[in-house]
Amino acid sequence: MGSRATFGIAILLLAEQEENLMVLSADLGKSSGLDRFCNAYPSNFLNVGIAEQNMIGIAAGLAKENYKVFATSFAPFVSMRAAEQIRMNLGYMNLNVKAVAIGSGVSMAFLGNSHFGLEDAAIMRSIPNLTVVCPSDCAEIVKTVFAAAEFNGPMYIRLTGGVNNPVVYKEDYDFEIGKSICLRTGTDITIFATGSMVYESLEAAKILDENGISATVINMHTIKPIDSDAIDLALAKSKLIVTVEEHSIIGGLGSAISEYISKFSNTPAQLTIGLPDEFIKTGEYRYLLEKYGLVAEQIAENIINKLKQK
Amino acid sequence: MDIVHLEKMAIEMRKKILQISLACKNSAHLGGGLSLVEILTTLYGSVMKFDPKNTEWDERDRFILSKGHGVLPYFTALNLAGIISDEKLFSFKENESDLIAHPVMNMALGMESSNGSLGHGLSMGVGIAIASKKKMRSNRVFVVLGDGECNEGSVWEAAMSAAHFKLNNLVAILDYNGLQSDGDSQVVLNPGDFESKWLSFGWEVDVVDGHDIAKLHASLNHKSDPAKPKIVIAKTTKGKGISFMENNNEWHHNRLTQGFYDKAMSELV
Repeated sequence: MGSRATFGIAILLLAEQEENLMVLSADLGKSSGLDRFCNAYPSNFLNVGIAEQNMIGIAAGLAKENYKVFATSFAPFVSMRAAEQIRMNLGYMNLNVKAVAIGSGVSMAFLGNSHFGLEDAAIMRSIPNLTVVCPSDCAEIVKTVFAAAEFNGPMYIRLTGGVNNPVVYKEDYDFEIGKSICLRTGTDITIFATGSMVYESLEAAKILDENGISATVINMHTIKPIDSDAIDLALAKSKLIVTVEEHSIIGGLGSAISEYISKFSNTPAQLTIGLPDEFIKTGEYRYLLEKYGLVAEQIAENIINKLKQK
Repeated sequence: MDIVHLEKMAIEMRKKILQISLACKNSAHLGGGLSLVEILTTLYGSVMKFDPKNTEWDERDRFILSKGHGVLPYFTALNLAGIISDEKLFSFKENESDLIAHPVMNMALGMESSNGSLGHGLSMGVGIAIASKKKMRSNRVFVVLGDGECNEGSVWEAAMSAAHFKLNNLVAILDYNGLQSDGDSQVVLNPGDFESKWLSFGWEVDVVDGHDIAKLHASLNHKSDPAKPKIVIAKTTKGKGISFMENNNEWHHNRLTQGFYDKAMSELV
């Protein structure tokens, strides 16, 4: 199953228990997996047309009157077209709106850079009061939506991954915004991954294991606030810190962890794996991940080479 | 409506505007503040329903100063309405004051929203108006826009949506003083015919003298089309009431010194 369809189902499930829910779309309701929700709960849905700035303002007004609001569009349109609306209305006024970025990273494939979410986490993370969450698989998207509905404050939810997202979680688990999840414990290095890269990092850890490198893998679903306790633990026991994200290497998870680590001396080296600071080629989603070194084998190879340099 | 009382209130507001502008020892948006005095007098003195003792009263009318730099009459109106104390009012532009050059959301002080960046308030007003309708409230949402502010495309996104959602509980007031930061609005970015623009966006439109309290009052309380949002295009004079500030854009954002203060006060009788 893909991120969008999962998001749509999560909202539908949420609507069953949440009377004060309002979901907004800027003419991308169908593309955001909201069809069934729109049909089942028409009075909780508002299509504002292709006007993301207005959507965020309307979302703020509804939140001011105590609605729980999810405002959705594709990543660049939410995070960049409406960036200043998010800053003024959600950040500055600290209003309870969840801005949901559908199809962030490079999952829009042939739609190209106009539709890619390369810089969104960086921009959203720098706005005071905003929480930034990037779930790792479909189960975690559902958990994020439900946790977001209970969370009072503005949030940017960044959905990555393609049509068929691999499963990270085969069993139920506790999810808490701001609290990372250790998925695998190793003794040599720590990999912090977010969104679609959690699965790839787990697979990379298996390859590393075969090469005699024992890796801890941490699902950093919340990019802001960053879980500094998890970083402290990693610093104490790892000879290399790795971050992996389907986002520009500028300003995302890698940067967030660097910012924290830079407070200390004599820390392990950090390897930041992500999209380069350039506009990305277009192609099939999997092709793009491979082109930019974001699949398990390449992540493992990158780490092995880094360790050889040390 | 007690017109004598409201006219006295307008004079009192202008005096307080001058007093806090002098006391703050700082530049203030005097021109675009003075053009709004009668509009805010009419709203806070007569038209809007609110409870100064309970600023979060559910049924209150909501007010958004989308033209966020118009705080001088806003703060003084809230003061005269019994929501902001004199002491608080005179903290205007002190370090870390709640009262700065633009509204900062503060429900205890009667301020519904943070503004300053132009082109935001009408969208939020649309959201609040939709919420009010869903909650079956009988209140109204008032949003003050500037004519320069209407350069912002987001104003028109909001305008389109307000008509689309048939928000007859939303009232916009356009402070049409014809001047913006860099000068004559016709020269900076000609807005064309505001009346026909708003009509074509599906609004009920009324054009009034924005310094005539009786006409403002009548317009704000009248609706001829029950299915549409309404805009009152208030033709105003920037710097209104102080001869040397009227239509003089040097007073868009300027510091009021003692000499100018004395001269201005002598005109307010």
